[in-house]
Amino acid sequence: MRGRTWLPWAAGGVLVVAAGRLLEWAGLPPVSLLETGLLAMTPLALAAVGECLNEKAGLVNIGLEAIFLLTATVGVWFAELGRSGYVGLLGGAMTGGLLGLGLGAVSVYGRADQIIAGIGLNVFALGFVPFLLISLWAFPGIHVFPNELMVSRLRTPIGQVSPVTLGAVGAAVLAHLLLHRTVLGFRLRAVGERPEAVDVAGLRVDRLRLLTATIGGTLAGLGGAFLPLGWFGALVKEISAGRGFIALACVVFAGLEPLLALGAALLFGLADGFASAVAVTPGVKERVPFYFVAMIPYALTLAVVAVVIGRRRFPSTVGRPYVRE
Amino acid sequence: MRAPRTLRPLLESVAAVSVGLLAGGVLIWAFGHSPLAAYRALLMGAFGSREDLLETLAFATPLLLTALTFAVGVRAGLFNIGAEGQVYLGAVGAASVAGLLPLPPGVHLLAATLAGMTAGALWALVPAMLKAWRGVHEVISTIMCNWIALHLSMYLAITFLAEPGRAERTIPALPTARYPVLSEESTLTAVLFVAVGLALGVYAYLWGTRAGYELRLAGENPDAARYAGVRPERVVVLSFVLGGMAAGFAGASQVIGRPPAWSLYATLGNVTTLGFDGIGVALVGRNHPLGSVLAAVLFGALVQGGRLMEYEVGVLSELVRALNGIVVLAMAVPELWSLLRGRLVR
Repeated sequence: MRGRTWLPWAAGGVLVVAAGRLLEWAGLPPVSLLETGLLAMTPLALAAVGECLNEKAGLVNIGLEAIFLLTATVGVWFAELGRSGYVGLLGGAMTGGLLGLGLGAVSVYGRADQIIAGIGLNVFALGFVPFLLISLWAFPGIHVFPNELMVSRLRTPIGQVSPVTLGAVGAAVLAHLLLHRTVLGFRLRAVGERPEAVDVAGLRVDRLRLLTATIGGTLAGLGGAFLPLGWFGALVKEISAGRGFIALACVVFAGLEPLLALGAALLFGLADGFASAVAVTPGVKERVPFYFVAMIPYALTLAVVAVVIGRRRFPSTVGRPYVRE
Repeated sequence: MRAPRTLRPLLESVAAVSVGLLAGGVLIWAFGHSPLAAYRALLMGAFGSREDLLETLAFATPLLLTALTFAVGVRAGLFNIGAEGQVYLGAVGAASVAGLLPLPPGVHLLAATLAGMTAGALWALVPAMLKAWRGVHEVISTIMCNWIALHLSMYLAITFLAEPGRAERTIPALPTARYPVLSEESTLTAVLFVAVGLALGVYAYLWGTRAGYELRLAGENPDAARYAGVRPERVVVLSFVLGGMAAGFAGASQVIGRPPAWSLYATLGNVTTLGFDGIGVALVGRNHPLGSVLAAVLFGALVQGGRLMEYEVGVLSELVRALNGIVVLAMAVPELWSLLRGRLVR
């Protein structure tokens, strides 16, 4: 596992250089690509890092898409109430944590089929978000909020970077240290592999799993609120656009290692940024229909999961409820 | 007191739907409306008159088909949530043959129907092959395929199928490729019978043939299936193709089986969310083709009744879809049943 840490980073590096050259040739500065790529990476990385922890402990949350959708909406609502983008991010993170905790409780205590429960959450969000948009702002499908609620970006040598992006990188590093350098991390990994042994040792399987479900939800919620408040500047009813599932692909791609998940998120983020950049580049946009450009992130996700992943080894109890014998 | 074994699944479904309605009631109340008035309008809108009932059935038809997609997947141990994209391409397939290809009556209808089913099945082959040969989890691959299908279908609809002068929809199906309207007072067509026939066919296939038995065995007990010599790749491909055909027909049904447009909107507005809504229908129907027929009528009623609810009480019909999600969540929780019976004392 550790021997291949360099692989996604190297792949990402090659892609950056190649895309940079291509864009320079097409007349677009690579810096703007990197800027967009980092923005697109942020929600993916946050959700994927949290889900790595969650799956290490033996739970699966395929409702990340729903958490993105719901927390993007709630985040904007909080931002308008608190008159600050940061309040929105906080509201989104808290909502995400609650959703994660709820789904975790349903899985741990209700012994739910976690895939079906996750599908249920996704279907719920699909209907509830348009409902919320109209209920809160009396406007169907889209809501544009005041520009001053946007979380401001920091000026750096590689362009403007959102502080949330730095937070996502920090979260990946912290999650890595937590998993591999702390007693709690050891216990979390043990809960995913041998819950019965952890139980016999006198630790609470249910609480450890609820903990990871909540952390995962909180990080995904921060990512969801970031979508409108840190990136798009507006809210649309399909704002997540499959990114929850792309984050899941990052998790699978990374074999549940947070740092690798960060690398995968950067790769997909750059593809996303590349697509947005190409879609508006003069000379390209007339020749390539927008529809094909819009497919790039999804097609790339499919290609990457098909080519790179193969079959990865997951904790033995992933997705299965723990029943004390 | 134990409920008889055959009754239990039914009661569980009723319990899950009740939880959904209850949660929906709380949401209606939270946004300042009367849940009772809303649900009364919903019921009246769905079953209040002959016209409403027929319209309920018209809404139920595509839901039954996309429910079959999910149900066949679950029977094989797979979570095929790609019905959505398969619906889009089924609609494009049917619209192109129905609108562009002049054929004699009868043949044309059959050709357009088959085109929709084939397009859906072909689109389902992508995640099927990725699963069978690369072990790619179908939840991720089908969602990616859904998004690719969305853009691909819009591209095809706008570039090749758009009606001249009316870019908002595709060329309407020629009269020879339209299912006959059953009653002038609703949009229900004979496509309903074909959909129910397909459900019966899937039932006969799963419970009456060797391949169907192998498919169910692979879903229920993969180890036993492998031991018995069932090839898992075959099961994956088979269940996806069957599901894709059903979903493709669902898309076709909205083009060649639904007045007044007889065409696919350029925004795909008349076929979107059918695939996701079918998941709830399948689960409430216990992943059984015949159960799905009953569940589809229920969910069709929610959609049709939701329109009156929005009109009369002001509760947005989007709530119905949120309710669908809560029902799916409730169906996922086996302990809910014991909880409702007050037996969660451990």
